Amino acid sequence: MFRNTYDSDNTVFSPQGRLHQVEYALEAVKQGSAAIGLRSKTHAVLLALKRSTGELASYQQKMFRIDDHVGIAIAGLTSDARVLSNFMRQQAMSSKMVFNRPIPVNRLVSSIADKAQVNTQEYGRRPYGVGFLVIGQDNSGPHLYEFSPSGNSYEYYAMSIGARSQSAKTYLEKHYEKFADCSFEDLVRHGLHALRETLQQDKELNVNNTSIGIIGPKSEHEKSETPGGAFRILENEAVEPFLQTMRSKEELKEEERQALDASKAEEATGTAAPAADDDVQMSG
Amino acid sequence: MPGMVSTSQPTQQSFNPYTENGGTILAIAGADFSVIAGDTRQSEGYSIQTRYAPKVFRLTDKAVLAVNGFAADGNMFVKKVRQRLEWYRHAHAKDMPIRAIARLIQTMLYARRFFPYYVYNILGGIEEDGTGAVYSFDPVGSYEREACRAAGAAQSLVQPFLDNQIYFKNQTPAPGTSFPKHLPLSTVLPLVIDSFTSATERHIEVGDGLEIYVVLAKGSTSLQGITSIRGVQELTATSEGERVFVIRRDLKKD
Amino acid sequence: MDHFPTNWGRPRNDAIDAYGTYPIHSRPKNDQDAFSAGVQRTQQPIVTGTSVLAIKYKDGIMMAADNLASYGSLARFKDVRRLHPVGDHTVIGAGGDMSDFQYLQTILDELTISEFTAQDGHSLGPAEIHEYLAQVMYARRSKMNPLWNSILVGGVKDGKKFLSYVDLLGTTYSASTLATGYGGHIAQPLLREAVEGREDTLTEEQALAIIENSMRVLFYRDARSLNKYQVATITAAGVSISESKHLETSWSFAEGIRGYGAQTQ
Repeated sequence: MFRNTYDSDNTVFSPQGRLHQVEYALEAVKQGSAAIGLRSKTHAVLLALKRSTGELASYQQKMFRIDDHVGIAIAGLTSDARVLSNFMRQQAMSSKMVFNRPIPVNRLVSSIADKAQVNTQEYGRRPYGVGFLVIGQDNSGPHLYEFSPSGNSYEYYAMSIGARSQSAKTYLEKHYEKFADCSFEDLVRHGLHALRETLQQDKELNVNNTSIGIIGPKSEHEKSETPGGAFRILENEAVEPFLQTMRSKEELKEEERQALDASKAEEATGTAAPAADDDVQMSG
Repeated sequence: MPGMVSTSQPTQQSFNPYTENGGTILAIAGADFSVIAGDTRQSEGYSIQTRYAPKVFRLTDKAVLAVNGFAADGNMFVKKVRQRLEWYRHAHAKDMPIRAIARLIQTMLYARRFFPYYVYNILGGIEEDGTGAVYSFDPVGSYEREACRAAGAAQSLVQPFLDNQIYFKNQTPAPGTSFPKHLPLSTVLPLVIDSFTSATERHIEVGDGLEIYVVLAKGSTSLQGITSIRGVQELTATSEGERVFVIRRDLKKD
Repeated sequence: MDHFPTNWGRPRNDAIDAYGTYPIHSRPKNDQDAFSAGVQRTQQPIVTGTSVLAIKYKDGIMMAADNLASYGSLARFKDVRRLHPVGDHTVIGAGGDMSDFQYLQTILDELTISEFTAQDGHSLGPAEIHEYLAQVMYARRSKMNPLWNSILVGGVKDGKKFLSYVDLLGTTYSASTLATGYGGHIAQPLLREAVEGREDTLTEEQALAIIENSMRVLFYRDARSLNKYQVATITAAGVSISESKHLETSWSFAEGIRGYGAQTQ
């Protein structure tokens, strides 16, 4: 492993104005398996790839319920995530105790971002080695936020973190304009397609390695009731119906090509009518 | 003054952190169901503060808690119990079983042994073995599992009635027969309603409204009966199998 | 010979304490510091306000309280404001100790400011303010150091009317008409008669007439009240607290009451 002169203490800037320890913490997030988040007008969804240390071992926990209206997916150090998610649960409960209201999602995310920032400035501390995708709903609808060890938090239409998340991001950037109006099932499908991009060559998404976190009304694929569209985590068999909806990469390529041809034909005839099927519509 | 202990020391009228807000609660356990009920009047002295202040709360799909005594303590206590149940859900991804909730309530009450929550709790619901359960508590945490219990302002009016009708006290079975161990829901519900209409007649702190919670075990035979009851509302949140209903009735408001 | 040393030198009191539970022997306490004698807690209110009234009507909530703060039986301050806006959707009105109430106002103002500075589109409505107040009041009573008030919280947010009560014990309740203090005995029956079942139809004029009538009856009957009062209305449009109004009252009938007016016979 390489070493920098200015990396032994996170309170010291490098001459380039960087905090190396904080950047290493961001690397810890990239070491973790991928997590994807995306939202529509009605739903917010998390998808995560679970790792297992071997055939004999169980799979890691990638999602945590914070409250009925908030849930998170993590990438990085699970133990740091447990500390932070515990803090988030406390904040959520204190809001219920003191004001009898669900904590606004943005404030919850800000509260952990503030905690993380302290660790980037005070002597003798280390940054958290974990990144979160946070979904939640409040009276302004469903939300998706990213939290990172640097103390930053941003709101997103769609986002991915963790190992090979850039591939997923490329998929999301290509399709995000459709997310706002698409159905819940389509939203999950887009999420699964994005998550698939983060897999190693010989791997596939299956019921063991895929977690889905949802906020919003129940889908026909879900068995149990979800009063108020509360946050729930789907794992194992519950994931199966959603995996079934996925298309192979070849199918997607073919659809894309057809859509491209169609739009070219339209351009030629000068009738730029909107494509009938949202799924095959291209963005510019 | 004659007959009193004289105190030479001056006394100060100090702040009394308690009051008594009236009302009555009761719960009855069946073989595969539990009924938990309370009136909705809240009063202080001769004043009715409100005609609708719930005293019975759904905790989970298999546990309902009725709280009676000092209303501020009661509401706070229910809030704290709910927080503990939420932490349990976070840790175990399931609802706490009722016998564990009962023990939790005991420790929470006893923790305040020297500044008690001035409330009488009755916890009703379904055990893990599918039987109907009622747990009753005193303000500092003594508790036991019973088949029925009344508490609150009209306890002394309602409990003897239940002893007679549920436990068949002071009744002799007809020769060659015996009393049933558990009564069906169709018998229990009228007993509950009669208990409260009677308590409303004879006790000034009871009245205005009645909330009856019914918790049914998985596959309970009482299900057909309850769905046909006037104004019944289902409150079940999970699909574990247990189901919670509430039935609301008016009581006299005078 | 009495076997219980705690009873020696005391008169028998087995009539009132059959099981001899009193006095229970107690060990000396060490848990107080040297300054404990200098710490005082509120054991009684000093400068007090009397009733607050509030009702639901078609457009929202109407609340009223007079401008008097009494020092015992002395009408000490006659221009005190007992209705206080909190944020854009809520008014609170308080009876009881006025210094405690003004302390609560500063707490709530700080809370409103911190909520405002978040600037994230979320704001505290009447239900949240009431819950917060209830927690403060209950926490203080649990420290045996109460804020000696009974408070009404009224407001409208997201099309929902909210009206609720909280007092020095942390007791809470809500109803379509509420009254604190003496008003709980004198005005509440009048308010219930006039309002119950008509919460969604009463116009502002009708609501004002009901409130004014109750304030007048209270001024006639409550020796700690004043014929100068304010009315707050909270609607979807926001909060407005009126300038002080004066009640027209007539006392000429008293002349005809035997033992009260000049005796002619």
